Amino acid sequence: MIDREQVVHVAALARLALSEAEIDRMQADLQQILQAFEALNALDVSDVSPTAQVIPLATVERLDETEAPLSRDDVMRNAPRVERDQIRVPAVLPEE
Amino acid sequence: MTDDLFRLTVAEAGDALAAGDISSVDLTRSVLDRIDAVDARTGAYLLVTADAALAQAEAADDRRAGGDAGPLLGIPLAIKDVLCTDGVATTCASRILEGFVPPFDATVVARLKDAGAVLVGKTNMDEFAMGSSNENSGYHPVRNPWDLSKVPGGSSGGSAAAVAADECLAALGSDTGGSVRQPAALCGCVGLKPTYGRVSRYGLVAFASSLDQVGPLTKSVHDAAVLLAATAGHDPRDATSLPEPVPNFAAELDGNVEGLRVGVAPEYFGEGIDAGVASAVEDAIGALEANGTEIRAITLPHTEYALPVYYVIAPSEASANLARYNGVKYGLSDPQAVDVDEMMATVRAQGFGAEVKRRIMLGTFALSSGYYDAYYLRAQKVRTLIKQDFDTAFESVDVIAAPTSPTTAFDLGGRTADPLAMYRADVLTLPASLAGLPAISVPCGFVDGLPVGLQLIAPPLHEARLLRVADAYERLRPETPALRQAVEA
Repeated sequence: MIDREQVVHVAALARLALSEAEIDRMQADLQQILQAFEALNALDVSDVSPTAQVIPLATVERLDETEAPLSRDDVMRNAPRVERDQIRVPAVLPEE
Repeated sequence: MTDDLFRLTVAEAGDALAAGDISSVDLTRSVLDRIDAVDARTGAYLLVTADAALAQAEAADDRRAGGDAGPLLGIPLAIKDVLCTDGVATTCASRILEGFVPPFDATVVARLKDAGAVLVGKTNMDEFAMGSSNENSGYHPVRNPWDLSKVPGGSSGGSAAAVAADECLAALGSDTGGSVRQPAALCGCVGLKPTYGRVSRYGLVAFASSLDQVGPLTKSVHDAAVLLAATAGHDPRDATSLPEPVPNFAAELDGNVEGLRVGVAPEYFGEGIDAGVASAVEDAIGALEANGTEIRAITLPHTEYALPVYYVIAPSEASANLARYNGVKYGLSDPQAVDVDEMMATVRAQGFGAEVKRRIMLGTFALSSGYYDAYYLRAQKVRTLIKQDFDTAFESVDVIAAPTSPTTAFDLGGRTADPLAMYRADVLTLPASLAGLPAISVPCGFVDGLPVGLQLIAPPLHEARLLRVADAYERLRPETPALRQAVEA
């Protein structure tokens, strides 16, 4: 149902650097869980529409009024690395 | 009464404060002393904000002296650490949020502060609210005040244990698949999950956005009514918040349930439900019947599918919501990483615990190309069937009665090696969550010294009816011999 290669692929999609031992454990766990989910295949749902949310609200509109935002200092205080009032991150594009 | 103020309910303390018999500072000191005395055993708190609490208590006393009043003015409460608190660290019990100090209050927190409540601290929980035993906390586990070798339930295990052990007068938790009701049942307190949309989720750290609701854990149904009224109501900052008026829930509690129709479904009493639990809940239903409710047999045929539906939908939503934890804007980071991809993958690997990783993987898989239809879409369709079961049932009954949890509190460490066994702890709370319905757990006795919870489920926005039935049961509940909590030993 889910092989090791898929686990590695999904971990890459999810940006999770799993260790070899974690990959093994994850494969076994997901295998067991997905097997339990097979129960859903017992139902014929071809004529059933999906439920994404349960409240009777559609698109909620509001007036386009501005409010005072959070202060820059308050927001930046949580950033791990700040330089010249900006959040610093490692290289986004690989070096040529 | 000055020695044991921490034991009071919100209503009792409110009366004593209003009468001028005690001050909020007295009450808050008593609660802080109680935390000092027992929290090393329960592990209910991640952070106690004693100085801020005493300052808030003084401010509440000043407000009262100035003529202000209100059921929460000066009342010490605890907040699950999944709710943002302005200037007070908020971790979701995750290492990945270590050091994060929100620059704003969640709407529910702001509303409690406006009502004059005293916030004594942030309670422990399963990391990002994912778990049924509180053992997934990235900091330390919580122990059940009734038996320190047992779990308190989860994910609001810290809030439930804090209420049960009198380390606060009441608390807020959050419920995605049972995370308020199940720990309330296991710790012997009241836990209410409001209708999806009833209470603002602004500032509640998101787990599964189509399911998450904030709800109170309290020592009495009346107190749950007070906290719901204080926190519910439309919030323009949450687009899923319903614009419905909020009744004065507590004022409507009079113990009268004459003529109300209570549905009982065999699916909630079948395989896997502990015989002692089933028997305690049947006794509770019998007590309601003896006092004028009509018991009707109903059927909720898709109940068994709630577990796989939930464990596809909730992890899928979680995998998207938790993508934001990447070491950039807050929390754990990795300054040594050579590029941003490596930083994100490393930070997430180091910062998330095993269960959170498992759910992110499960959700990412269920949403991935080639599997979306087979898992996520199918689960959403079966969710429709589960909701239709309830719609049909509520054509002939006013509330549904069932156990909250299939068992009483289980052993610490007893299920940690088997994720599916842990997931089954939620089997009776998941259906109401998937249908967005309000539901409450109210204590209904003990099995072998451990509390049992009666779950009541109502149609959308019928919290008043839910509270009425729960409160009526609480008045009828037979006195159990005074059991001594292990935390008192």
